[in-house]
Amino acid sequence: FAPATAGSDGFHTGEDQTPFTDASQYCNFYEFGTGKSDPADYAHEMSTDPWSLEVTGEVAKPGKLSLEDILGRYPLEERIYRLRCVEAWSMVIPWVGFPLASLLREFEPTSKAKYVAFETLYRPKEMRGTRSFGSTIDWPYREGLRLDEAMNPLTLMAVGMYGKTLPNQNGAPIRLVVPWKYGFKSIKSVVRIHLTDKQPATSWQDQNAREYGFYSNVNPEVDHPRWSQKYERRLPSSLFSPNRIPTTMFNGYGEQVAHLYTGMDLKKYY
Amino acid sequence: MELAVGANRLPLWVKPMVFVVCLAPFAWLAYQAFAGGLGPDPAEAILASTGVWALRLLALTLFVTVLRQWLGKPWPIRLRRMLGLYTFFYASLHFLTFANFYLGWTPAILAEELLERPYITVGFLAWLLMLPLAVTSTQGWQRRLGRSWRKLHKLVYPAAVLGCIHLFWQVRSDVTEALVYCLVFALLLGWRARVWLPAKKV
Repeated sequence: FAPATAGSDGFHTGEDQTPFTDASQYCNFYEFGTGKSDPADYAHEMSTDPWSLEVTGEVAKPGKLSLEDILGRYPLEERIYRLRCVEAWSMVIPWVGFPLASLLREFEPTSKAKYVAFETLYRPKEMRGTRSFGSTIDWPYREGLRLDEAMNPLTLMAVGMYGKTLPNQNGAPIRLVVPWKYGFKSIKSVVRIHLTDKQPATSWQDQNAREYGFYSNVNPEVDHPRWSQKYERRLPSSLFSPNRIPTTMFNGYGEQVAHLYTGMDLKKYY
Repeated sequence: MELAVGANRLPLWVKPMVFVVCLAPFAWLAYQAFAGGLGPDPAEAILASTGVWALRLLALTLFVTVLRQWLGKPWPIRLRRMLGLYTFFYASLHFLTFANFYLGWTPAILAEELLERPYITVGFLAWLLMLPLAVTSTQGWQRRLGRSWRKLHKLVYPAAVLGCIHLFWQVRSDVTEALVYCLVFALLLGWRARVWLPAKKV
């Protein structure tokens, strides 16, 4: 892949990167448990080979790509993005991947395609979190974007990070990265992409619509009902310097994405 | 067991042992904090651990009465103050971790969090309710307050309920753990309610 060139632009932040061990040990991937270390402890139980990604719905050429097809077809590049979790912590992660737009274009979205729905692998035998008695998520995990959000050059399909193959707990073998939205929008271990004319249901919105909206753009002015979104803790933090920094609109990607939302009340469409 | 020597006496080693056992989670946290074993978000790790230990010790404190009635022996009561004070110790660490390591003692933000986030308000209230219990836990205060001491210390029940709400309210998607704690406290409080209720024929 093409490593990022030095310097800071909209696709490569120059901020300090979160160490690989932190980004790969401290994860949310509820299919493996809700504890931060559960994914690192249990995601190895998921088998990622063979893997295929199916693209269906409002496309002229629906079909299925194997992971090998995907890796051979799209030139990989490095993107260094901020990742802002809805829980008010953040990291800086160098991803390796390709724009989602390149993949979608190949399947030729029809004029009726307005939204893109994503689905994570659902294999209870290999995902102990999905077997948890008290889980309130309706598996498989589902996410969605508007088509123009999906086609934005920032929107990435990642297959690696820190120059290496994605660890299972970070969403191997292929995941979405949408850096201006809260982390849970960046769905992991994707097996299906479905284009549609209607706004798709997403797991978190289904689970608690008051707390998690379809858009879920990073927005310091709209608090989560249970906690503030004005600040974030950039990880790694340490006890005597909590690394508490103000959260910025669209996670600092306003220049590239604000135009997608002109005229929209972002308090209503949170 | 050979514990109950005489009417209300414990073997000498029991109290120091309980003391050390209750201190162990704190010692482990402190060791991990210095050894860098708490991961990329140490404040969160300490917050979670101290919160859970406060709840566990509160459950143990409430279990003392149940155990005493089961055994028909008074000795468990000799451990209750220590367990209660340890509950307060971990609850205080929990609050101080939030105020210091999480918020860096920024007064405006602390006030906003305490007032505007219901689950934080509830947790703080639980801690406030336990404060007078910790202060009046000495024998001197017990003597001075006489009968009202027992009344005052009934505040531990609303504190336990608030503690459960505090936990439950933070759940994002998996309620299993919170349910287990709520069930344990429901049993502990239910046991007492059974005694308080007028004896009805079922």
